Amino acid sequence: MVVFVAFLAFLGYGFDRFYLGGGSAPFPIGSVFALGIGSVSALSSYYAGDRAVLLSTGAIPTERAIAAASEEDRLKLRQLENVVDEMSIAAGLPRPKVYVIPDADPNAFATGRDPDHASVAVTKGLLDALNREELQAVVAHELSHVRNLDIRLMTVIAAMVGAAALIADWTGRGLLRSESGGSSRGRDRGKNSDGLGIILLVIWLAAVVVAPLIGQALAMMVSRRREYLADASGAELTRNPLALARALTKIDAAESPTAAIKRGTAHLCIADPLGRVIGLHEGKWANLMASHPPMKNRIAALNEMGFQ
Amino acid sequence: MIILILLGIVVAVVVWAIATYNRLIGLRNQVLNGWRQIDVQLKRRHDLIPNLVNTVRGAMEFERDTLTQVMEARARAVSATGPADAGRKEGELSQALGRLFAVAENYPTLKANENVKMLQEELTSTENKVGFARQFYNDISTRFNTSQQTFPSNIFASMLGFKPAELFEVTDAAERQVPAVDLSMRK
Repeated sequence: MVVFVAFLAFLGYGFDRFYLGGGSAPFPIGSVFALGIGSVSALSSYYAGDRAVLLSTGAIPTERAIAAASEEDRLKLRQLENVVDEMSIAAGLPRPKVYVIPDADPNAFATGRDPDHASVAVTKGLLDALNREELQAVVAHELSHVRNLDIRLMTVIAAMVGAAALIADWTGRGLLRSESGGSSRGRDRGKNSDGLGIILLVIWLAAVVVAPLIGQALAMMVSRRREYLADASGAELTRNPLALARALTKIDAAESPTAAIKRGTAHLCIADPLGRVIGLHEGKWANLMASHPPMKNRIAALNEMGFQ
Repeated sequence: MIILILLGIVVAVVVWAIATYNRLIGLRNQVLNGWRQIDVQLKRRHDLIPNLVNTVRGAMEFERDTLTQVMEARARAVSATGPADAGRKEGELSQALGRLFAVAENYPTLKANENVKMLQEELTSTENKVGFARQFYNDISTRFNTSQQTFPSNIFASMLGFKPAELFEVTDAAERQVPAVDLSMRK
């Protein structure tokens, strides 16, 4: 998180110094401006995002699903509602809205801007694959995302990634324009500066080029850490880390990606809905861009909790 | 100059005191709420049991004793007075229910009955909710107690008459030895 802010400040500082020509200002006006635009887009997703996500996944409220379900499914759905009740009691949170997604792949996610406006959605595949104890563990994991305010955190981070991308975009356009239009203020700056300034310029240009990539990588780093945290605090709620470990093993064993869940919500799911393949090879690069830590490491961490 | 510094220190202490007081009050209310949550769940369990007994009565004609025991345990739990007494009687009720479900295993028609399954799920969930409500109460009470007893808020907490909350414990030594009854419907 701190790294993130520093990175953004550096981008903005360079932007001001080399592009706007306001090197004397100690305040990164460029990044503040970009952050402002990024925040507006993030805010709109903050307030309406949960509805958009639920709509795009085709999630159905359990009350409605129960009315249409067969006898056996009705029991499963009622069990889901009960388990969510139990876990919100254990966490001391208001009961979130519960949804079920008609998708055969086992997965689950939480969304909403704060504990008072939270929703938990679970796929039909998850209900079929897990027993009561394991379902409880998964719901505890999702409620931990709600309790730890991960939804809010990821919204803020999305704003910063957006801002970094914006600065990179503006700079790219600016450089192109100055190429055709002759000398620009930014270039003069660069020429007139001392050696240190040139080095800074080079580093900054390099940073701008990779900014969108680094932004994503940093965001995913935060996301992965929150996954471990949600695993741990979920286990604290159920006092049963082994049930979550078993649930993760079962979820991991299911091969197909979750078709109903798009990239935007990946960081709130219990398992990465897209990159199952990434989880398989554990190279440094694969890990860098994954929204979730390797399943093996998560299960190992939970088992350690259980056996201590 | 010195007066200004002293004034600054006083203001800082006052702000800190207000913040600590508000935090303790917030925690105390959460503790009270946690305690009531346990009662709410126990009440829900009492309401569910007559339903269950009526549903299974027809099929379990020969198990009058078990059913009566459950109803009697329920009546005793409903009329319990005080936390310690209630704790013991609720424990007995849990055991009576456990016996009922163990006996019900012998009746295949009963096990296949959707109504019974649903009721069993509701009861399992209620048992869990009672357990988790107690767990939450203990968690939040521990936090309340810790923030009262750690330095520097301990000086202040006792001055304002904050008392540590009592944790929920298994009061009966016998109950501690009884293995947990598994009501979940694992296949």
